[in-house]
Amino acid sequence: MPTHAYVPHAPGYVDNDGPKIVTRRFPFEDSYTLQRFEATGGYDGLRSALGRTPAEVHSEVRDATLLGRGGAGFPAGIKWGFLPPGKYPYYLVVNGDESEPGTYKDRLLMERDPHQVIEGSLITCYALGLSQCFLYVRGEMALAQERIAQALNDAYAAGYVGRNILGSDFSVDITMSWGAGAYIVGEETALIESLEGNRGRPRLKPPFFPAAIGLYGQPTIVNNIETMANVPWLMTNSAEQYKTYGSESSPGTRMFAVSGHVRRPGVYEVEQGITTFRDLLYGDNFCQGIREGHELKMFVPGGGSAPWFFPEHLDLPLEARPVGAAGSMLGSGAIMVMDETTDAVKAALRLVRFYARESCGKCTPCREGTTWEERILQRIFDGEGRPSDIDLLLDVADNISPGPYPVASHPDEDLEAVPFPPRQTTICPLGPSSVAPITSTIRRFRHEYEAKITKRDSIPVSAGSVEVEL
Amino acid sequence: MSRFSTDNELVAKEIISRYPLPKSALIPLLHLTQEQNGWVTDDAMLHIAELTGTTPAEVRGTGTFYEMFKFHPVGRYVINICSNLACQLLGAEDLLEHAERKLGVKVGGTTADGLFTLEDVECVAACTEAPALQVNYRYRLRVSVDDFDQLIDDIRSGSASDIPEHGTLSLVRQRIPADRGAGIVAPDDAREIPVWMARNEVAEQS
Repeated sequence: MPTHAYVPHAPGYVDNDGPKIVTRRFPFEDSYTLQRFEATGGYDGLRSALGRTPAEVHSEVRDATLLGRGGAGFPAGIKWGFLPPGKYPYYLVVNGDESEPGTYKDRLLMERDPHQVIEGSLITCYALGLSQCFLYVRGEMALAQERIAQALNDAYAAGYVGRNILGSDFSVDITMSWGAGAYIVGEETALIESLEGNRGRPRLKPPFFPAAIGLYGQPTIVNNIETMANVPWLMTNSAEQYKTYGSESSPGTRMFAVSGHVRRPGVYEVEQGITTFRDLLYGDNFCQGIREGHELKMFVPGGGSAPWFFPEHLDLPLEARPVGAAGSMLGSGAIMVMDETTDAVKAALRLVRFYARESCGKCTPCREGTTWEERILQRIFDGEGRPSDIDLLLDVADNISPGPYPVASHPDEDLEAVPFPPRQTTICPLGPSSVAPITSTIRRFRHEYEAKITKRDSIPVSAGSVEVEL
Repeated sequence: MSRFSTDNELVAKEIISRYPLPKSALIPLLHLTQEQNGWVTDDAMLHIAELTGTTPAEVRGTGTFYEMFKFHPVGRYVINICSNLACQLLGAEDLLEHAERKLGVKVGGTTADGLFTLEDVECVAACTEAPALQVNYRYRLRVSVDDFDQLIDDIRSGSASDIPEHGTLSLVRQRIPADRGAGIVAPDDAREIPVWMARNEVAEQS
């Protein structure tokens, strides 16, 4: 019953012909209720999991190559394997602190199908022997909090969560927690700090994964909402079936939010790998092209932190490896499309301003650097820029995330993901993310910068004082 | 006087009970006090510190990191207009300027009648429905300047019934029934292997 159109009760979501895994209940107006969930196969995945050993459940997820949907794209089944044996208690933290510019899919999943997220979390707790689960919802998402809280209350009452789940010896509590407005808390160690009642600042690495040391110093699995939403389907179906969707290295579907200057912006669930940016941006089933009378200038392919793409990148598949090889990332599945009316400097300034505002202040290169980047961009935009400002911008950027740019591909790493750890002088990728809009626009639209620069340098700058490869 | 009311103190204790360690409840309790009073007062922070076994400085230290917490009175309706890239591309700047004119305050300001506070915020996760805004964290999507005027009129006349007063987030509270909880305990009291894992280990060995 695809409607090929907006679903009025789920503003932003557009139904389409393709296979659906996580959004398949969205067309139902009451998709968030326990009644609808149960009537459409809900909690069958949990029942199926409880009929197997925890190790079998883990294998199914590992075999499916379920890639994390939070941004880094790390395979969930592999991450689950990092728990040190016997160091109980283990915790599960489900990351619903979705705040990356351009991104929203977790919000829809929480609002429209909260039981699916809960079911996935329960299966994960069963598979790994986790003692408690925390669903951390972004503070600003009041409706998502309501839907999750109601779903948890209903699920507790029905015996799906809590003590002796479905009459088995599996018991686990799920606590909904919520944030209070801080982008950085989406970073998993910052999220853990926040859950401990602290300022949400990332922890020093290593350990690189909280599976070693996480919440209260205990081994902790942190997974994204969309990742969890995939798990029930994997139990009622199989890893084998999952791999019939998408491509070999990026199986399954993914949710993409396409915003900006397209005719039909929206959130689409699409098959990874076999769909290209061109399909998504221009396909009749999807965004239907750039708005009337305009043409594509550039697009952000994976959230505000991703280096930008241009028309020549349109035929790349929506898959981590080729996008990484082309110097960017799919990140959080957010595509922001800009047509020829967009001022490249202004667009870059807006994203950089975001990082300057959201820097937690822990690392000097980010705290100072993002602020300087914003100031320099602002004065260029205001017509107060000096000829040396472009080099100065790149120099500041280089101090946060050492070039050469782009840095988003590590061909020697055999991970279908953004390089980990990224090249950075900071302990988390926030500061380095601010560099992407700057290098992307200077490489491509240097003339737009130069056209805005009208002042002269008051102090002569010696040539060659700044060495940044572009 | 802005300690928790008797009812809210019970709610606070219930929230604390859902975490292995009480300090984890700081953010939810700061929200609860904001729900009660509209903002976070010194007395409220003292009370939260008492309830969670932390110091008032720790409560303030955590609270001031997060921009949703207000340490001074704000309007009964806080209007957050998203100005991040996706919204900027589709008119957020014009909307923000219009909002400043309509309300007669600059970004960050509160109207003289104490009804509205205007904020320019980062991405609110409604990017395909730009320009987007939230009033007390309830969405308004694809907002034109006329829509904005209508919204203000509706709030003034009391007909925007889906928007509670500032501070209230979820209208539903999580409750874990005493007979259904698996038992939330401190990490030190949960060192044993969970029973279903132990059972499967035994099964594997035999």
